[in-house]
Amino acid sequence: MSAETVADRGASRAVSGPIMGMVLFVASEAMFFAAFFGAYFTLRALNPTWPPKGIPHLEIRLASTLTIILVSSSFVLQAGVRSIRRGRIGAAMAWLAGTIVLGACFLALQAYDYSTLKFGIHDGVFGSLFYVMTGLHMAHVFGGVVFLTLVFAQGRQGMLTRNQHEPLEAGAIYWHFVDVVWLGLFTSFYLLTPR
Amino acid sequence: MAVTEAPPRELAPEPGRWNRILAWLTTTDHKRIGILYLVNSFSFFAVGGIFALLMRTELARPGKQILAPHAYNQLFTLHGTLMIFLVIFPLLAGLGNYFVPLQIGALDMAFPRINALSFWLLPVGGLTILSGFLAKGGAAACGWTCYAPLSEQLGTGVDLWLVGLVIVGTASILGGINFIVTILRMRAPGMTMMRIPVFTWAVLATSLLVVLATPVLTAGLMMLFADRNLGSTFFDPRGGGAALLWQHVFWFFGHPEVYMLILGAWGVVTEIFSVFSGKPIFSYRGVVLSFLFITALSFSVWAHHMFATGAVELPFFSVTTELISIPTGVLFFVWLGTLWRGKLRFEPPMLFALGFMAMFLIGGINGVWAASPAMDFAIHDTYWVVSHLHYVLFGGTVFGVMAATYYWFPKMTGRMLSKRLGIWHFWLQLIGFNVAFFPMHLLGLRGMPRRIADYAPDRGWSFLNLVSTIGAFVIAISIAIFFVNVFLSLRKPRTAPADPWGGNTLEWATSSPPPPHNFDALPPIRSARPVYDARMAAASGGEE
Repeated sequence: MSAETVADRGASRAVSGPIMGMVLFVASEAMFFAAFFGAYFTLRALNPTWPPKGIPHLEIRLASTLTIILVSSSFVLQAGVRSIRRGRIGAAMAWLAGTIVLGACFLALQAYDYSTLKFGIHDGVFGSLFYVMTGLHMAHVFGGVVFLTLVFAQGRQGMLTRNQHEPLEAGAIYWHFVDVVWLGLFTSFYLLTPR
Repeated sequence: MAVTEAPPRELAPEPGRWNRILAWLTTTDHKRIGILYLVNSFSFFAVGGIFALLMRTELARPGKQILAPHAYNQLFTLHGTLMIFLVIFPLLAGLGNYFVPLQIGALDMAFPRINALSFWLLPVGGLTILSGFLAKGGAAACGWTCYAPLSEQLGTGVDLWLVGLVIVGTASILGGINFIVTILRMRAPGMTMMRIPVFTWAVLATSLLVVLATPVLTAGLMMLFADRNLGSTFFDPRGGGAALLWQHVFWFFGHPEVYMLILGAWGVVTEIFSVFSGKPIFSYRGVVLSFLFITALSFSVWAHHMFATGAVELPFFSVTTELISIPTGVLFFVWLGTLWRGKLRFEPPMLFALGFMAMFLIGGINGVWAASPAMDFAIHDTYWVVSHLHYVLFGGTVFGVMAATYYWFPKMTGRMLSKRLGIWHFWLQLIGFNVAFFPMHLLGLRGMPRRIADYAPDRGWSFLNLVSTIGAFVIAISIAIFFVNVFLSLRKPRTAPADPWGGNTLEWATSSPPPPHNFDALPPIRSARPVYDARMAAASGGEE
């Protein structure tokens, strides 16, 4: 009954409700991952050698490729957001599709990475942290791909316009966040782990 | 103004019984969802209360009465879990759902469908936790804190506990986001941030805590789940993990959690003191700043739950914890200042609010003692702690929720609760509560540990335990009177006026119960007390 009126009343203010909701959701997700990073550094400090004995060193080349894919996907998606803000719907849809493809590539490549690793989740605390943290991150990338695909489907039905494209803006905020979490993971597990 | 433009409701023919039930099950109206929250919470309250009575019956005398030790462990675990996650917090969330949009002059919450989702996840999560009783090895039996390594070793009940809590936590995060966006974005014209009612401020502060602290618990629950089911070793030293890590993660959430459980009650009793002494709140700014100060500080105190581990920085966490008594003290002085020389009306909401203040004072002071490491080493994990937490959660929040229920029941249902039964309820609850929980202080000082099903007859604990059990049954009688009061009142005709108490805030500017669109018209909002202003203007001949 009241959705229209509610939306109208908000329209005059700077940040719309859905965007604010997404920012708060991302804040909550940030605390979720912060707990895992806290666990990572706590447990790392308690273990005299890192990575612990018996853990083969991680292949940084593949992880760097993953990083390049995900970071560039953020720029691609932001290009889409800039396009739609200027009313170029077709371009925005193309950038959005590109992001979805890059996200899917990331997932496929990381699944391949998992298959080549010589240690498992049960191989001590390093395996626990690595698989649970990257696994939960993968789940977030997957969720982002699904969300952006739904936004794409909305766009195909003509529901995204220059003035009405909050789903895309919100999706971009989430996607950038997932990207930043990956940078944290890449730093912790690859760059800061001696080889 | 936008609210008055709502289209008139078409008068549909009287719907059938099934359609009415379906309308409740599929509703996205914040008022109906608020009532669903309350019904759900009071149902779990009855379950958790029965668990408590079973435990008190077991403890009434030394020796085994009715429960095997393992059954006792399951009961205290689920008593704590249900009361915290499915009773106290959702009671405040339900009141917030009903009254925050009304208090800020909004039509509904910002995201009505997410609102419905965050309600319906609650019974799902609660029943998941309870379903542990059907599992092999029974329900979770590791206490509501479920410390590792015990929680890594128990049966399937713990997995159900973990899954249920992730569901409940997700529900509260979604609800918290919804509240924040609602309060920041949906206020009526003129309703500036420094004019929103203190209860709404309390819900805003609570929601900030929920959004930032609950995901940390979710992370810990997932680590424990992975340890139990996937072979990881977060909390298992054999694989390089640390059992103490669980305590850090749990209490990083757990201490903000206690403020999530009390802020709403502080908000509502502050409002009730003002209304029932016929005076403005002594210092609105003092209340708001105290809420925000406590919200911020609550993230810095978690390890005071872990003094006895010997692995935390004692002075730091002791000092931050004691600092919290400053804003809390400010609240007490604001309440006293509000009551001072007011025209006090001892209606049931006021009685419960005064009971709240007295009981919360005891709970607060014994909390300050427990924040001192020297004291804490002596009383850690004794009945002193059980006494302290019940003085703040039952003596505090439950008294506050009862005050809120008597205060707002006419608004929600259009019917007044019986004053006579309300007074009986209040005195029995106050007396029963103190008889049940005050002796626990002494039991704690005499060294009785918590979470034991039995004790030796020669320890000097028997008499006080018997007294405490009698008190528990007096509480049960008082709660039964409350339920009878609600039941009888709901059968009466809807005769409550729009503003039975002479209120200050916007929920009293609409009919009881409010129409689906909340307001036909809003009074002008020029202060934190728009309804009071309108009443004064009308009394002085409508100059405004």
